[in-house]
Amino acid sequence: MSTRAARIRTPGLGSETTRKWALPAVVIALIVAYPLLIENVSFLDSLFVGRLGIDMDTAFQMATYTMLALGLNIVVGYAGLLDLGYVAFFALGAYTLGWFGSSLFAGQNIHFLDVGNKAIPGIHLSFWVVVPLAGLICAIAGIIIGWPTLRLRGDYLAIVTLGFGEIIPDVFRNGDSIGGHNLTNGVRGVTQLDRPGFGESLNSATGGFLPDRYSSLPDELKPWYYTILIMCLITIFVNLRLRDSKMGRAWIAVREDEIAASAMGVPLMRTKLWAYAIGGVFGGLAGSIYGSFINGIFPTSFSFQISVIVLVMVIVGGMGNVWGVIVGASLISWLNFTGLGKLGSLLNDAIPGTTHDVEITKYKYGLFGFLLIMMMVFRPEGLIPSARRKAEFKEGDEAYLYDVSTE
Amino acid sequence: MTAQNGNILEAVQVRKEFGGLIAVNDIDFVIPRGSIVSLIGPNGAGKTTFFNTITGVYKPTAGAVFFEDKEIAGLPPHQVTGLGMARTFQNIRLFHNMTALENVLVAMHGHIKGGIVRSIFRTPGLKREEAEAQERGRELLEFSGLRRKDDEYAKNLSYGDQRRLEVARALATEPKLLLLDEPTAGMNPDETATFTAFVAKLREDQNMTVLLIEHDMKVVMGISDRVTVLDYGEKIAEGAPLEVQHDARVIEAYLGTGATG
Repeated sequence: MSTRAARIRTPGLGSETTRKWALPAVVIALIVAYPLLIENVSFLDSLFVGRLGIDMDTAFQMATYTMLALGLNIVVGYAGLLDLGYVAFFALGAYTLGWFGSSLFAGQNIHFLDVGNKAIPGIHLSFWVVVPLAGLICAIAGIIIGWPTLRLRGDYLAIVTLGFGEIIPDVFRNGDSIGGHNLTNGVRGVTQLDRPGFGESLNSATGGFLPDRYSSLPDELKPWYYTILIMCLITIFVNLRLRDSKMGRAWIAVREDEIAASAMGVPLMRTKLWAYAIGGVFGGLAGSIYGSFINGIFPTSFSFQISVIVLVMVIVGGMGNVWGVIVGASLISWLNFTGLGKLGSLLNDAIPGTTHDVEITKYKYGLFGFLLIMMMVFRPEGLIPSARRKAEFKEGDEAYLYDVSTE
Repeated sequence: MTAQNGNILEAVQVRKEFGGLIAVNDIDFVIPRGSIVSLIGPNGAGKTTFFNTITGVYKPTAGAVFFEDKEIAGLPPHQVTGLGMARTFQNIRLFHNMTALENVLVAMHGHIKGGIVRSIFRTPGLKREEAEAQERGRELLEFSGLRRKDDEYAKNLSYGDQRRLEVARALATEPKLLLLDEPTAGMNPDETATFTAFVAKLREDQNMTVLLIEHDMKVVMGISDRVTVLDYGEKIAEGAPLEVQHDARVIEAYLGTGATG
């Protein structure tokens, strides 16, 4: 009895845990210290900002995409539901900020704990209220969209989600006269969005540590960076906890074999809906802060490319593995925003003369496509695959070797 | 030998058609509580289809199925399982990229409270529940003859162990009625004998009711209380193993016309 209890308790303690968490802890510490490192160490500044182009702005975008990729990881990586319309949740999250944190509804003048000017018309809820609200709205949207579509499997599901990914930005595009009401401001989009902040009293109480209202000046982006970082950490935490839960096991079982899963008492619809809705929540959270950061929400910002690129991040990183997805998302979003350009100019500089100069960013999607194909050929399980996925891609030969060695 | 307090399952005039093909033709069928009932018949006789029809994988074209006096025809499989009916698959359908223990834990889905918020915060109650489930899972694996195989991926298990895991997984749903679809297919005689003893023990220890689809006549005749024979989707014989063995129609179905003459 005592040995049994010990066996159950061991995974929570001891050197195994230390080993498992040592690397992530160091990496997370470096990421947290990043703004201070580049500010104070000129060598790091010239390497990371100068050469690689990871300034605060890019770092924020990378973190946003990491959040999106982790959200999609629940849907695609865990539950195995191929969602090609994930951008819909990103858009909906951003528009939630448009509705509850801008002057879009100029006829109203509602302020609730916000840090902006009280004289500005519109609905202005505190940013810290809008963010969870965006998550909630996306969860509900996920259930509404998922209810009819998740009955489909595989390719059919992919096609329908692709459709929804196209429909939702179109709804926002044409949402400037729904029953005579202007709900989205159409193609002109929503601008002048509320920014996060903690208000004057908290600002002075903490000696200026918590900013009154986040600034959008390029040199003052640190609060944004730390905010998205905390959101990312929450996303990672939820990803890991859910993976090891009853629901996480059910997701993997559904991905492995739907019929067997349902015969073992797993309700298919409910299990898939949870994956879809929770994935949607993170898309919404990311969308709301992103909208505020870029201070403008336009229907054209939420294109099919975003769905695809987030999916590529998940695949390249390693479906189902949180750390892999983070690496994939950081790498690809960096390449997407500044990395490719920087690499291109490095390349151009390396070869003397100017006649051969090519603008490498023009071939971005071609290069991403090439990268994806190379991955599929040489490392289909992703950069850092989960043990499960790794096993999946080694189907056959390894199982055979094992049998031979044990018989 | 067994406490027979009524029938745990009653199928009344169950019919399943696929287009013009009648796979199951108006079958009446009962499983007395605590008994081991076998379903036999030549290949293509409709055994697995009948099995799928009563477990909710297929909806019957006509007829009714009662489990503990509750109509279950047309219920989704997870609800049927929830009522206390669990099955194994003829062509092994384990979650191959999950460990043996995880396979069993998935099958406890209906008996673990879980909860998204509780899982995220990993509350003390949830931790206790998980630890209990894991312990129960390990015990079940050991009971099913899979000692020390907990952390093996299902696909890396030997064929016999995969069959055993199928049964362990079904047992994890805490069934009152266990449906085994050709559980000894591909096993060697030793493994088959061990398995037969295991099923007999299940009935002895836990008063489990078992429906068995089986080709191996030694298994069927050895442990069944009753045997039902299907051929071309119709029930052609039913009764004690010895009776059925000597039934002219059964011999004809298996060996062809003229075999009795």
